Amino acid sequence: MDAVAISIDDVSKTFRLPHQQYSTLKERALHPFRSTEYDELHAVKDISLEIAHGEFFGIVGRNGSGKSTLLKCIAGIYGVDRGRISIAGRLSPFIELGVGFNMDLTARDNVIINAIMLGLTRRQANARFDEVIAFAELEEFIDLKLKNYSSGMLVRLAFATSIQVEAEILLIDEVLAVGDAAFQQKCFEEFYRLKREGKTIVFVSHDMYSVERFCNRAMLMERGSMVQLGDPHVIGRAYHKLNFGQLPHEAPTEELASSGTAIADAWFENASGERVTSASQEERVSMCFEARLAEDLQDPVFAATLRTELGHTIIVARSDQHGGGSGSFKAGETVIARFDMPNWLTPSRYTMTPSLAREGTGESALALVEDMTSVVIHGTATGGILELPIDVRIERA
Amino acid sequence: MSTSQGVRLPVPGRAPTHRVHGPSALSGDFRRFWSLTFTLARTEFKLRFFGSALGYVWTLMRPLLLFGVLWVFFTQVAHVNSSNSPGEHFYGAQLLGSIVLFTFFAEATAGAVRSVVDRENLVRKIHFPRLVIPLSVVLLALFNLGLNLIVVMGFALGSGVRPMLSWLELPLIILMLVLFATGVAMLLSALFVHFRDIQPIWEVVSQILFYASPVIISIQTVMAKLSSAALHVYMLNPLAVIFQQFRHAIVTHATPSAGQVLGSWTALFGALAIVAAIFVVGFAVFNRAAAKIAENL
Repeated sequence: MDAVAISIDDVSKTFRLPHQQYSTLKERALHPFRSTEYDELHAVKDISLEIAHGEFFGIVGRNGSGKSTLLKCIAGIYGVDRGRISIAGRLSPFIELGVGFNMDLTARDNVIINAIMLGLTRRQANARFDEVIAFAELEEFIDLKLKNYSSGMLVRLAFATSIQVEAEILLIDEVLAVGDAAFQQKCFEEFYRLKREGKTIVFVSHDMYSVERFCNRAMLMERGSMVQLGDPHVIGRAYHKLNFGQLPHEAPTEELASSGTAIADAWFENASGERVTSASQEERVSMCFEARLAEDLQDPVFAATLRTELGHTIIVARSDQHGGGSGSFKAGETVIARFDMPNWLTPSRYTMTPSLAREGTGESALALVEDMTSVVIHGTATGGILELPIDVRIERA
Repeated sequence: MSTSQGVRLPVPGRAPTHRVHGPSALSGDFRRFWSLTFTLARTEFKLRFFGSALGYVWTLMRPLLLFGVLWVFFTQVAHVNSSNSPGEHFYGAQLLGSIVLFTFFAEATAGAVRSVVDRENLVRKIHFPRLVIPLSVVLLALFNLGLNLIVVMGFALGSGVRPMLSWLELPLIILMLVLFATGVAMLLSALFVHFRDIQPIWEVVSQILFYASPVIISIQTVMAKLSSAALHVYMLNPLAVIFQQFRHAIVTHATPSAGQVLGSWTALFGALAIVAAIFVVGFAVFNRAAAKIAENL
C-alpha cells in the first residue's frame, strides 16, 4: 500500500480569460491588437502531492477553489502549465457520470457507448452489459429510450456503467448528490468494495460527510492552493472553518509577520477580572489578549473572533466597530485588549482567535493566532446556538 | 453487479509509472482511437437511421433529388446529352457519380466544422484523442458514401455501363477523396473553436467548389472553353481530378481520364500536392489546438 499511485509535483494551471471574446474574423480584423488582453485565473497553484496505492483520497474546497481543475489535470483533460503529474496504472477517465449519454438512444446502446468512451473495448462492454443493468436494477427498461427515463434511473445507469471500468485509479467528481437513499447506499457499498480491492480513488466533493466517511486522507483547497492535508476529520473541521469560520483578518503576510508585532497571550476573564477556562451561562465573560507592538501604531484594529468546535464563527468583536479609535501606541509597548460581552452562548467549548491589524489596511493582520485559547460554557441547552434572555408572554386572544 | 458473484479483479500489480500529458490530437493506443471513432460515427448513423420513419432513405433522397432536378433540366431542357458529344455518354451516371462524391465531401467537411464544439460535453469531461471527433464525422459520411455508391453502380449498370478493369481504381479514387476531406475537416474543426464565422464561409466555399468541379458540365466543355494554362489551374482543384477520374474509370472511357485532360499524369502532381498539403496543415493546426480545446470552448 506504500507505492505511489499518483504523484503531483509542483503543478500549476492558469486559464487565460480574454477580456472580450472576439470570435469572428471581422472582429479580429477590426481590433487586431485588442484581443491580446487577458485576465489570468490561477486555478491551481503549486500543488505537490503523493497519493499511495489503495488510498481513498478526498479533495474538498469551496466552489472555484480549483479542485475540479486539479482532477481534470490528473485525468489529462487539461494540460498543466508547470510541474508534472505521474500515475502508475490505468486511470478511469471519467469525471462525471453519463458522459456522452444520448437521450434518443436506448439504455442498451448508451451503456455500450459510454463503456467504450470510458476505455473498455466493445467486446468487454457487451460482456458486462448484463451486470450493469442488474446493478442499476433496470432490467425492464433496457430498450427504453433514455429520454423516457427518470433522472434517478439515469444516474443509476450511469453509475453502474462507470463502476465497470477496469481501472486501478478512479477519479470521482461529485457523484453522490443524486439518486434515492437506497441507491446511494448501494453506491457506498460499491465504493467500499473498490476500496477493499485496493483501488486508488480520488474523490472530489463539497459533501464533507461522505469525504469523512470514505477517505483515508483528504486535502483542502482554497483559491487554487492546498490549504491543508491530512486526516479527513481534521480537514472537515478546516473546511467548516473556511465556510463558516470567517475571521476579520487574514493570516499575516510574510512581510507583515516579520515586523515583529506579536500576540503574547490570550485568555477569557470573568466579571471580577479572574482568568477562567470555564464559565456558566449568563456569567459575563471577556475575551482578552495581550500584544507586543514592534512599531508605532495609530488606531490599530484589535479583533477577537469566537468560534465553535466545528469552526463556525459566532462572534467577531472589533475595536474599530465596537469601540471607535483604539488610540496611539509606540513601538515596544505592550497592549491588552478586552472585549466584554454578555454571555448568551449555548453550553459548549468555544475558541478565541485574537488578531491585530494596522488601521485601514484591510485584510491582512500584523499578528493573528488561530484558536489561541478556549472556554467551556456550562448550563442548560435549548438546542439553539444562542441562549438569549427571552421574555415569554402567553395570553388569551 | 451483485457483490457476491461479481468479477473479482486481482489487486493491481505495481504498474509502471507514466507521466500524464494533457490532451492531444493523437494519444493512447490505436485500437482505442479506432474504437472511439467508429463508435461515435456508428452512434450518429444509428440516430439518423432510426430517428425518423423513413430513416436512411432521407440520407439518400438529397443527392437523388438534386440529381433528378439537374438531370431533367440538362437532358430534357438544355439538351446536354447530345449524341455528337462522346464525353456526355452516360451523362446520367456521370452526373450521379459526381453528385454522390460531392455529397460525401460536403457532408464530411460541413459536419466537421461544428463537430468539436458540439461535442463539448465529451471534450471537457473525458481524456481521449481529440482527432477522434472530426474523423468520426468523416467516417459517418463514408458510411453514407458506401451506401450511395451502391445506388450509383446500380444506376450505371441499369443505364448500360459494363464492368471494366478500371473499376479497380475506385479504392484509390475514394482514398484520395477521403484524405482531402479529412484534411479539410481537421483544419475547419480546429479553426472553428476560435473563429465562429468559419461556418458561413465554408458554406460559400463549398458551393463554389461544387460549380468549379465537373459535376454538371462535362470536362470536354471545360476543355473547349479554357486555355491550357487556365485548364491547369482548373485541375488544381482536387475535386475536379477525383470526379473526372471517377467518370473515366467507372462510367465510360469516352470521357478522358484526369491525366489525359492535361496531357500527362505528371500534371496531376499539383492537385495531389494540394491534398497532401491540406492534410499536413490540417493535422498540424488541429494538433496545436487539441491541447487547449477543452479550455477554449
